[in-house]
Amino acid sequence: MVKFLLRRLANSLVLVGIAASLAYLLAASALNPRSNFEGRNPAPPKAVVDRRLDELNLNDETPVVQRYARWASGVAHGDFGRTWDGTSVTAEMRRRIGVSLRLLLIATIVGGVLGVLAGAWGATRQYRVSDHAITLLSFVILSIPVFVLAVLLEIAAVGFNNAIGVRLFEYTGEFTPGLTGGFWVQLGDRLRHLVLPSLTLVLGEIAIFSRYQRNAMLDVLGQDFVRTAMAKGLRRRTALLKHALRTALIPAATFFAYNFGLLLVGATFTEKIFGWHGMGEWFVDSVTSNDVNAVAAVSCFAAVLVLVAGLLSDLAYALLDPRIRVS
Amino acid sequence: MSSPVLQVRDLRVTFPAAAGDVTAVRGITYDLARREVLGIVGESGSGKTVSALAVMGLLPETARVEGSVLLDGEELTGCDDRELAALRGRRIAMIFQDPLSALTPVYSVGYQIAEAVRVHRDVSARAARSRAVELLELVGIPHAQQRASAFPHEFSGGMRQRVLIAMAIANDPDVIIADEPTTALDVTIQAQILDVLRTAREATGAAILMITHDLGVIAGFANRVAVMYAGRLVETGSVDDVYGRPRMPYTLGLLGAIPRIDESGRGPLVPIEGTPPSLVDLPPGCPFAPRCPLVYDRCLEVEPAALPIGGRGQHTACHRASVIEEGDLRPADVFPLPQAAPARASPDAHGERPVVLAAEGLVKHHPLLRGAVFKRRVGTVRAVDGISFEIREGETLGLVGESGCGKTTALLQVLELRPPQAGRVVVLGRDAAHLDARERRALRRDVQVVFQDPLASLDPRLPVSEVLGEPLRTHGVPAQRIAARVRELLGLVGLAPDHSGRYPQQFSGGERQRIAIARALALEPRLLVLDEPVSALDVSIRAGVVNLLEDLRARLGLSYLFVAHDLSVVRHIADRVAVMYLGRLAETGKVERVYGAPAHPYTQALLSAIPVPVPALERRRRRIMLEGDPPSPADPPSGCRFRTRCPKFAALDDGLRRRCIEEEPALATVADDQQAACHYAEPMQVV
Amino acid sequence: MSVPSEQLSAVLPGQQPAGTGAPLDETRVPSRWGLVLERFRRRRLAVVGLAVLVALFGLAFLGPYLGRWSYTDHDFSAFLEGPSATHWFGTTQTGADVYALTLRGMQKSLIIGLLVAVLSTGLAAVVGSFAGYLGGWVDRVLMWVVELLLVLPSFLIVAILSPTFRGKTWLVFVLLLAAFLWMVTARIVRGMTISLREREYVLAARYMGVRAPTIVFRHILPNMASLLIIDATVNVSAAIIAETGLSYFGFGVQPPDVSLGTLIADGTSSAVTYPWLFGFAAGLLVLIVLSVNLVGDGLRDALDPTSSATR
Repeated sequence: MVKFLLRRLANSLVLVGIAASLAYLLAASALNPRSNFEGRNPAPPKAVVDRRLDELNLNDETPVVQRYARWASGVAHGDFGRTWDGTSVTAEMRRRIGVSLRLLLIATIVGGVLGVLAGAWGATRQYRVSDHAITLLSFVILSIPVFVLAVLLEIAAVGFNNAIGVRLFEYTGEFTPGLTGGFWVQLGDRLRHLVLPSLTLVLGEIAIFSRYQRNAMLDVLGQDFVRTAMAKGLRRRTALLKHALRTALIPAATFFAYNFGLLLVGATFTEKIFGWHGMGEWFVDSVTSNDVNAVAAVSCFAAVLVLVAGLLSDLAYALLDPRIRVS
Repeated sequence: MSSPVLQVRDLRVTFPAAAGDVTAVRGITYDLARREVLGIVGESGSGKTVSALAVMGLLPETARVEGSVLLDGEELTGCDDRELAALRGRRIAMIFQDPLSALTPVYSVGYQIAEAVRVHRDVSARAARSRAVELLELVGIPHAQQRASAFPHEFSGGMRQRVLIAMAIANDPDVIIADEPTTALDVTIQAQILDVLRTAREATGAAILMITHDLGVIAGFANRVAVMYAGRLVETGSVDDVYGRPRMPYTLGLLGAIPRIDESGRGPLVPIEGTPPSLVDLPPGCPFAPRCPLVYDRCLEVEPAALPIGGRGQHTACHRASVIEEGDLRPADVFPLPQAAPARASPDAHGERPVVLAAEGLVKHHPLLRGAVFKRRVGTVRAVDGISFEIREGETLGLVGESGCGKTTALLQVLELRPPQAGRVVVLGRDAAHLDARERRALRRDVQVVFQDPLASLDPRLPVSEVLGEPLRTHGVPAQRIAARVRELLGLVGLAPDHSGRYPQQFSGGERQRIAIARALALEPRLLVLDEPVSALDVSIRAGVVNLLEDLRARLGLSYLFVAHDLSVVRHIADRVAVMYLGRLAETGKVERVYGAPAHPYTQALLSAIPVPVPALERRRRRIMLEGDPPSPADPPSGCRFRTRCPKFAALDDGLRRRCIEEEPALATVADDQQAACHYAEPMQVV
Repeated sequence: MSVPSEQLSAVLPGQQPAGTGAPLDETRVPSRWGLVLERFRRRRLAVVGLAVLVALFGLAFLGPYLGRWSYTDHDFSAFLEGPSATHWFGTTQTGADVYALTLRGMQKSLIIGLLVAVLSTGLAAVVGSFAGYLGGWVDRVLMWVVELLLVLPSFLIVAILSPTFRGKTWLVFVLLLAAFLWMVTARIVRGMTISLREREYVLAARYMGVRAPTIVFRHILPNMASLLIIDATVNVSAAIIAETGLSYFGFGVQPPDVSLGTLIADGTSSAVTYPWLFGFAAGLLVLIVLSVNLVGDGLRDALDPTSSATR
C-alpha cells in the first residue's frame, strides 16, 4: 500500500511538472508583456523595453524554449521568477496561498459535510415535501453562477447592515486595514469579513454535494443488504444509517476530487469579487497585466491542489471501502 | 398435532403502477407446521419471492398487502416497523437469494452476525462476537475465529450463503424463509448448502419455507410442496403426491420439461407453449388456460379454486383435475410431443467423420489484478491450462464444469480465431495461428455463437430485421437478398416471419433466444458455439429451445460446442462430453459412458450432486460431498488439481497419495471412448 | 411449435396467445420514445423548465423585433434611466437600451452554450468510446491526456489563451471552450464503453466479423444515447456558466459583442444603485441555467430510470 502510494505520488509529481510547463508555455506564447509598454506616453525606447523584459525573462523575441528553460531551472530551485513589477513571485505566492487555502478548506469541509447530510436526509424521505424542497433549493443554487451569487449576497448584506444600523457583514478584503485592538477584536473583524465569501462557496458546495449524495444513497437504498439488515431485526432508520449511509459515503469520496476543480474556479471569482488578495485574484490580475511568471505560478498551484485532492480522495476511498484495501 | 407455526390466509400483494396495478400475489393460503419444510415452486414472475417478502413485511412501502399472516396466532399484516423489527430475525428469519449483494460490503461478517444477536438480546459485544464465531463454526466455515474478521468480498458465494444462514439462525427462529438459497451456486456447493440448511434446521428446530424454481432441489428436501403460477398456488400436497401424481396440467408440464440426469432417453422434452400471463389486467378464467392443451369453455370463464383431490391432502386448482385423475395422465399424454428429431449420425462413425474443431493443449492465462483504485498485478490466473478436444461433423460436444473452471474462457479463445498463448486451435482444418485478417473474417462465417442471456446478446435498439441482417451485410450479402433471408431465418426457428420489424424487448425470453439462434445461423455456419444457451430461461420455455437446437442440428448437419454447467441438459443434447476442473479436463468421452459410469472422482461428485425430481429416489441417494470451495485458478495445487477436495484422495494411504501430490495425471483411456485424468480412475455408477 | 397457434386462437376467440401469431397489442408495448415522453411529462418541474426555456429562446430571438431600439443605438436623451415605457429595462451610462443589450447578450450566451455542449459532448463520445473499446495503448494515451487536462481547470487555460482570440470571431472562443469541457464526459463514456464492450451483443458482432469503428458507431454509441443526451443537456448549462464567467472577467466574448457575462460585469459595480443594469441580465442568466438543469434532470429520469449518477 505504501509502495503504491509512493508510486502514485511520483506519477502525480510528473503530472504537476507537465501541467505547469504546459501552463507556462501557453502563457508565454499567448500573453504579450511588451504590449504593456506600448500604451505609455512617451513610448520608451525599444532597447530599454528589451532590457527590462530580458531582466524579467519576458522578452517575446527570445525563443520560447529558451525562456522556458530559464524559468524551469528557476522553479527547480524553488524560484518562480519575478512578477511584472519586479517582486519575487515566490514571496508573493507565500503571502497569498494561506488566504486561498482558508477559503477552500472552509468551503470543502463545511459544504461537504452539510451537503452529504442534506442529501442523505432527502433520499430517505424521497418524494416527500422535504425532499422536494431540498432538491428544488439545490437546483436554484446550482443555477446561480458564483459571480452572481456573490453580488446577491453582497446586496443582501448591505440591506441587512442598513436595517440593523451596524456594519455587521464586511464585503471587501479579508480584514480591515489599520484596525487597532486586541486579539478578540482582530478575530471578530476577520470573522465578519469571512462570512460572505465563505457563504458564497459553501452554498454551492452544499447544493452539489446534496444532489450527489442523494443519488448515491438512492442507489444503495434498493440494495439487498439493506433488506438483510431489516430482516435481522434492525429498524428501518437504523438500517438506513448504519448500512446504507455508510456504504453510500464511498462514491462521495471520489466525487470530492471531481468537484475540486470547479471549487477552485469558484474561489477565484469569490476572491476577486470580495477583494481577497488570494491566488485566484492574482491569477485574474496577472492575465490582464500579461504577467507570465505569476500566471504560471498560480497554474502550478492549481495543479498541485487538484492532484492533492485526488490523492486525498483515493485515501478516503481506501479507508471507507474494505474491498480496495490491499493487504 | 399442534397448530401451524405460520398461517397465511388469502394473501394478496398489489403494486400500483402507471400502466395499471400489478397484482403479483393473488390470494394464496397455506399452513406451515412446526419443523416442517414446505417448498414453493414457481417460475420467474410467479410471485413466490414477493409473497415471502410480504410475510416478512419487507416489501417497499408502495406495495399494498391484504389478507392475513399469523405467526403463532399473532397477526403480522398491519404491524408497524417497530413491532415487525422485534419479530424479524428473532422468531422469523430470512435467507436471501443472492449472497453477493445481501451482505453489507463495509462491515466484517463477524460484526454483521453479532449485530443480529445484539438487536434482540442484551449481551455484550464480546459475547455477541463469540456467538457469531460459534454460528460460523456451525455452518461449516473453516477457521471461524479468524474468518469472522474478514469482509464479505473475501468469501466465495457458497461461504457467503453460509454466513447468511448463520445470521438467520442466530436467534433460534421458529420459521426460516429461504428464498432460492442455492440458485446462484454451483451444484457441488448447492449440495453443501442444502446440507448446512439441514444442520441449521436440526439445531434450531425451525420450520422452513423454501422458495425455488428447481423441482429437483425440493424433491429430497421438503415434506410438502406448493406449485405457484401467476400469483396463485395451483397445486399443493406432499412431495410424493405432487411429483408422483400431479393433477394440474402446469405441474405435469413442468415435470415433463426437465431433462433428467438419470435418463438416457433421447426423446424430445415436453414443451409448454406460450409464456406466463402479464399480471396487469388478467382476463377472467384460469391464467394457465392459454397454454393448456386440456382447455375448455369453463376454463376461460371461471378461475378454478384449489380443491382437494385424491383424499390425501393434495389440492389442485384445475377444472380438468378429475379427468387427469381418472386417466392418471402423464406429461406426454397431456402435452403433444413434437416430432422426434431425425436420427442423428450414428455415434459409432465418430472416427470417420471430418473434424470441425480441434483444440490441442489450449492455454489462456490472464493477469490477476487487485484493487479497484490501486490496480496491480498479483499473480496469474491459469484459466485454461492445456486442454485438448475435438468435434466432428454433426456432433455435439458438451463442455461442462462449475463456475471458474475455465469453460467460458476456452470458448472465447476458440471464437477469437487468433493464435492462443500456447497450443493450437484448428477450425475446419485451418490453424488459427496462421490466419491473416482477411482469412479470419472469412472463417468467421463458419463459426457462430449463441450466448447465455438473449436479452444481453441482442442490441436493444435494433429491430429484428437489422439484428438478423447484420451478419449478412457484414459478409457482403447483397441487400436485396437480405430481406428474404431474414424471413427464412425467422421461419426456421419457429417465429412468425412478419415479426421482423419488432424490437427484441417485444419478445419473450424464449423467443429472444430463438432470434439469437437465427442470427447465428444466418451465414450457414458449420460450427455453432453455444455458451449456456438455455440456463437463463425458465424450465417451461427451456424445453422448446432445447428441442429446437436438436432439430436444427439434425436438419442442417451442424456441429455444436455446447458449454454449460447444467449436466442434465448436456446429457440430453450432447453426444460427447468433456468435464473441466480448474483449467484442465478431468474426464471426457461418450455421454452414455461418462454419465453411466463416470471414472473421475470429480465427475462422480458432480453427477451425484445433481438433484433428481423424484422424491423417493432423492431421499435414498447417497451424495458424494466435496469439501470446501475449488482452489483459486491463480494458485492450483501441485500434482492432481482435484486432490485437495478429492474423496478418493482422502481415502488413500500416504504411499498412494504421493503420486497424486507429485504427478499431474494425464487423460488416460479407461474404457471404449472414455478417458479420465486420474491415477486411480475407477468407473462407478452414481446416478 | 407442436401446437399450431391457429388451434389455440380457435379456442380463444378474440385473444391472441402471447408470442406467436398476430402482432402484439401496440398499446401494451409502447414505443421507447413514447415511454420517455410519458415519464418526462410526469416530472412537473422538468415540464415547467422546458416551457420556460422555450419562452426564453423566443424572447432572445423574437424579442428584439418588439423593442424599439437596437443594441447599437444610443439614446442621448436618456442616460442611466430606470425601466420605463420607452426603455423597458432602462438605459446605461451611454444611453444604450438595456432591453436590446440584454436580448443580444442572451442570444450569444444561448448559442455559445448550445454549440459548446454539442461539440464537447461529441468529442467526448468519440474519444471516450474509442479509448474504452480499443483499450491498450490507445486507451492509455487518451486517458493520460484526459488526466492531464483535468489537472488544470479549464477556466485557467481558456483565460490564459484569451489574448489569442481577442479581435477574432467568437467562434474561436467556442472552439476553445469546447476543447476544455469534454474530459469528464469522456471518462464516463469510456467507463460505459468498457462495460458495453463485454456485452454479449457486442461480442456477437465482433465474432461475426464486424469491424471496430462500425461496432462503436452502430452498437456502442447508440446504446449510450440516453447518457449522451443527458450529458449534452448538463453541458449546456456548464458551458453557459463557463462562458459568462470568462466573459465576466473579460476573458471571453469581446466588445463590441456582448454576452450576459459582460453585461453582468458592467452592471456589478452599480448593482445596488442602478439595479436594472445588473438585475435583468443576472436574472435571465439564472433562469436559463435553472431551466436547462431542470430539463436535464427530467431527461435523466425519463431516459435512464435506473441510473442516478450525477457529476
